[in-house]
Amino acid sequence: MSVLELTAEDFDEMTAAGTVLVDFWAVWCGPCKMQAPIVDAFAEKRTDVRVCKVNVDEQPALAARFGIMSIPTLMVFKDGQAARRQVGLSSLEEIEELCK
Amino acid sequence: MDEKTWDILILGAGPAGISAALTAHARGRSVTVLGADPMTSPLAKAPRIDNYPGLPGMSGRDLLAAMTQSLAAQDIPRIEGRATGVMAFDGKFMVSAEQDVYTARSLILAAGAQQGTKPLLGESELLGRGVSYCATCDGMLYRGKRVAVLGLSGSAERDAAFLRQIGCQVLFFGPAQAKNCEIKGGTNVTGVVCGGEEYAVEGVFILRPTVAASVLLPGLAMTDGHIAVDENMATGVPGVFAAGDCTGRPYQIARAVGQGNAAALGADRYLKERDE
Repeated sequence: MSVLELTAEDFDEMTAAGTVLVDFWAVWCGPCKMQAPIVDAFAEKRTDVRVCKVNVDEQPALAARFGIMSIPTLMVFKDGQAARRQVGLSSLEEIEELCK
Repeated sequence: MDEKTWDILILGAGPAGISAALTAHARGRSVTVLGADPMTSPLAKAPRIDNYPGLPGMSGRDLLAAMTQSLAAQDIPRIEGRATGVMAFDGKFMVSAEQDVYTARSLILAAGAQQGTKPLLGESELLGRGVSYCATCDGMLYRGKRVAVLGLSGSAERDAAFLRQIGCQVLFFGPAQAKNCEIKGGTNVTGVVCGGEEYAVEGVFILRPTVAASVLLPGLAMTDGHIAVDENMATGVPGVFAAGDCTGRPYQIARAVGQGNAAALGADRYLKERDE
């Protein structure tokens, strides 16, 4: 499944149902560039999880709302509720674990 | 992202890293060296070296300059930067250095002794919740806020300048003060205590010459603060080798150069086996 880029307008709607993984990132961040192919691979593999991204530079309100203080940060939402988060680079195995 | 995948990426531009690069290059491997300015190495402070064969009485600075010159003479690329993260993925290693990412099939860790990498009070607990090791990565999230830069590396002032430029209010602490600072906070960072005084800040950037190997590559086996290696300089992570002061004492140039050579041969053998 392809990875969706979220904005403040569609964030709540897109994370409302099921398990949703959100990758908070920015173009200036080297580790985020390493996280991207891993998140993409996870999206390929796990069609049961909706995989999204938020560019914190373009969406500062979302970054502030979820208290993102370091990127990459991955958050998992279950039926609209923030369930788990991992700060820093995550491996494919760690993402699997996070989405359990 | 730098699209090129190197055979061997060497982290560290001191004697071990340079020796490894020369050997890897001689074996026909594509290799590049990522490291700080060699003149920030502790070796640059040695006024006179008498126990390294063939170069009597040379200063540390001159020896580093000559070693760096031997990379240039072989057209081996050297990138000035500090690795902030390593990730194994898809049979390769990705290494981030500030805003850039480099990809290689094997790694040689040669970033020197991990001196001063003992975490500060509060550092591990608040990592990612106000504590950051990368100004270019996280600086933007602190625009308009007050942050402390704990400058334990020579290039920390550059990072402090970057943070000021993007609109952070920066309190800068040099190495002498920074090494004894304590980070305060609950859910998030609320302050730092440096020199007995508490300062209210929302972020703390801890900038060391090298990010601790065990933080850089979680899962790396360590012994007494040094990277554990076997006789071929292989670490516990397949495809990752280590050489020089980061593997243990004595912290000597001759040992570093010898281990760099062995690590490159180990990496070459590893790549050959992978290709069979």
